[in-house]
Amino acid sequence: MKEMSIEELKTTANNIRQDIIKMLFKTGSGHTGGSLGMADIFTVLYFKILKHTPEQTNNRYRDRLILSNGHICPVLYAALARANYFPLVKLKTLRQINSGLQGHPHRGSLPGIETSSGPLGQGISQAVGMAMAGFMNKQNHHIFCITSDGEHNEGQVWEAIMTAHKYKLDNLINIIDNNGIQIDGLTKHIMPLGSLRKKYESFGWHVMEMNGHNIKNIINTLEKAKKIKKPVAIIANTILGKDVSFMENQYVWHGKAPNEEEKNKALKELQNAK
Amino acid sequence: MPNKKIQLKSARDGFGEALLELGKKNKDIVVVSADLAESTRAHHFAKKYPSRFVEVGVAEQNMLGVATGLALEGKIPFATSFGAFSPGRNWDQLRVSVCYSNANVKIIGSHTGLSVGPDGASHQALEDIAITRCLPNLVVLAPADFKETKLATVAAAKHQGPVYIRFARQAGPIFTKGKFAIGKAQVLIPGKDITLIGCGPILEEALIAARELAKKNIKLEVINSASIKPLDKNTILKSVKKTGRVITLEDHQIIGGLGSAVAELLSEKLPTPIKMIGVRDQFGRSGKADQLWEKYKMTHPYIIKEVLNLLKK
Repeated sequence: MKEMSIEELKTTANNIRQDIIKMLFKTGSGHTGGSLGMADIFTVLYFKILKHTPEQTNNRYRDRLILSNGHICPVLYAALARANYFPLVKLKTLRQINSGLQGHPHRGSLPGIETSSGPLGQGISQAVGMAMAGFMNKQNHHIFCITSDGEHNEGQVWEAIMTAHKYKLDNLINIIDNNGIQIDGLTKHIMPLGSLRKKYESFGWHVMEMNGHNIKNIINTLEKAKKIKKPVAIIANTILGKDVSFMENQYVWHGKAPNEEEKNKALKELQNAK
Repeated sequence: MPNKKIQLKSARDGFGEALLELGKKNKDIVVVSADLAESTRAHHFAKKYPSRFVEVGVAEQNMLGVATGLALEGKIPFATSFGAFSPGRNWDQLRVSVCYSNANVKIIGSHTGLSVGPDGASHQALEDIAITRCLPNLVVLAPADFKETKLATVAAAKHQGPVYIRFARQAGPIFTKGKFAIGKAQVLIPGKDITLIGCGPILEEALIAARELAKKNIKLEVINSASIKPLDKNTILKSVKKTGRVITLEDHQIIGGLGSAVAELLSEKLPTPIKMIGVRDQFGRSGKADQLWEKYKMTHPYIIKEVLNLLKK
């Protein structure tokens, strides 16, 4: 895959956002806000950071990307399609009968999907297991796990965090989609998380923070994270619904799809932003 | 009651020995423990192969996730705990992380059934067969004694895909026949009057009942159905065609257990009167294993009573 410039990465992220809007409108259900919010990070991962070979998905030297908060899979599917894991036209089949693009990701149904997810908190444990296997096999790849802030309500996440520290898994990077919103409202109202930084630090992790919409900042943070000799938590400050004005920071857009009017309005905004 | 000269050995020791042998032959065998390694007998493996032993602490949900991650990378992880906690506490992880991805994880639930004894109801897994055999991709095994547990452990390692193995804590006699295959049942005693299908160490009670009944010229066919899923349909149907009457026996709730699996098969293929012996929608309690089996009406006098009742029908 050829190196993309910052401008090309921005364009790709914009395309992925348009893909998300179109897919979710077509199927009429799904999680729009979180998917839009993570478009920049997924773009940088799949087109700049990950060592991967879309033509050979079981390449043992590949970096692994584990989507723990599976409900934002539209952004993963769009990134995979644009990275040539499968044809772009398949995106239209999201959540439909006989499609590999399941409502939540299923390993085995679609190329490039490492784990099955949906119920929160499970991906990070699997990422820990994969990171351990990497050590046992003396391999050098990285395991990138995507979790969400709301997902940290789940106790299993903290079990996994303890384990990563115990086994000194410096090949593990957990990117936390910190948009402050979960399905029923603001995270600070549903279940206050306090300082994720202090929590992770006290659990023995290295903590970094980044602006999840600044391409340069994302690249630099991820490049640095790969060199740190500890498990790394990256608090990615993101905006739910990013780049669609009427969706930004609106929790109702966590779990719903746009209607035709909303789709047209969103696409127009995204096309103008290009 | 077992003859005192017979050497008593526990299923968990069979598991522990099998793990050691597997670990020696196959470098991909790893063990994940949730702080009960000595109880499950995984500690022998931990001592011998420390770099392939992962201790996650008292965290069964994470244990299955970590095991899944290892399995997806080509390892063959045995995730070990008590049945009450795994799959008791981590069923969602078993369902989505392990089974939905068809990950090659072996889930070991030791200390199952009333026979755990003094620890009481909270620690007596009586529902684990029900909650595992309903999951797609998952094989469910309930070996009966030391030897069979050892063989089942080896068979599980060879099988590609998730396997749940439940076994008991207490030591008992060895009565299985030294052969084991996933999907195969074993006729322990041939008979023609009634078929008894059971699993686990409680089968010892069935063997005693069969010997007592033989004195009255009643021939009980005793089948050890250690492979609960897949069930050995051929062996069961062949026996039931001959006898026309069935008793099931398990140290587990009758709701959703081996008896239910047999009833599902027979109601579709060969409707037959069945009497299920097991725990009848109750919690367990503290006591010794034999006292509990007696209290919950699962011992040989109750089996004999049910046989005689069924023969009247």
